[in-house]
Amino acid sequence: MSRSEFSEGITRSIPIVVSASPFAVLFGAIAIANGQTIGEVALTSGTIFAGASQLVGIELFGHHVPAWLIVLSIFAVNFRHVLYSAALAPFVEHFSASQKAATFFLLTDPQFAETLKRAETGTKVTFAWYMGLGLPIFVAWVLLSVVGAYFGRLMGDPARFGFDVLLPIYFLALVLGFRRRSNFLPVVVVSALASAIAHKTVGSPWHVSIGALAGVLAAALMPPAKAEEAKSASGAAAEDSQ
Amino acid sequence: MNAHFNPEMVAIILASAVATYVTRIGGYVLIRKMKNIPPRMEAALNAVPAAVLTTLVAPAFFAGGIEVKIALAVSLLAGMRLSTIPMLLAGWAVAVAIRHFGG
Repeated sequence: MSRSEFSEGITRSIPIVVSASPFAVLFGAIAIANGQTIGEVALTSGTIFAGASQLVGIELFGHHVPAWLIVLSIFAVNFRHVLYSAALAPFVEHFSASQKAATFFLLTDPQFAETLKRAETGTKVTFAWYMGLGLPIFVAWVLLSVVGAYFGRLMGDPARFGFDVLLPIYFLALVLGFRRRSNFLPVVVVSALASAIAHKTVGSPWHVSIGALAGVLAAALMPPAKAEEAKSASGAAAEDSQ
Repeated sequence: MNAHFNPEMVAIILASAVATYVTRIGGYVLIRKMKNIPPRMEAALNAVPAAVLTTLVAPAFFAGGIEVKIALAVSLLAGMRLSTIPMLLAGWAVAVAIRHFGG
């Protein structure tokens, strides 16, 4: 492993850890309130490792929803990862099989966005850099969930300190990172409207899958000339990263 | 507060963990099975990150209070020029200030 690549990844992980921390603490606090033990909180964060879906799952558990429906809802919230791992495929092809297994385990929203950003600027994505980015996020997520389980109720409502706005702002920053892509504006507008409508009508967590699907369909239905442009752009990025 | 495990809870957690891992590796497995990616699919994949991440922002904007709406609007403007941390600080400061002085 290259030490400098690893520490470069760690540096990139800092803003992610900062903005995700309140949500790890929040998850731990809510999980305890909804009937999980400390050990179960650690097991949940360490094996599922997907914040939004964990909050959805524990919320449903608190409402005594059947087990299969909890698992299905978590699957629905996390379905977007299918698209992430497909999009990352060309950039992690040089990893070994076990490296890929670890890589995809750590594939969160910010992990995906940072990795794609790096690949598209023409920098090769190394396993050391990827782990430098992903491991601090994973370790912080599990530890702070447990901290939240112990102390979370002391903190009370995260809105009191304005922590609740950090996650949407962070996701907005990630969206803006893609603003130079072809079809950016139509995709964002369609996804925003579809997810907001779905959030109001069908409800959470389905708005994530519905909104994303609408935006992706919009891109697929755009005139093929633009698709060619996108193809040559991503092809160039793929070549640069070799 | 204790560290013991309820078998039903552990089963739900582990089933959810497997379901989540399937989503994380599934796209890679599917795309490797296809030899050529058609242009429309390429365009669709190209749109994935912005589409998904937008769905995590838009409902927060529409369902949030006036301070969340203003904070996100300020963050959007800040994000056109600044990097992530200053953008987070700007949006957070706006939301806290409005809640403190406006509420």
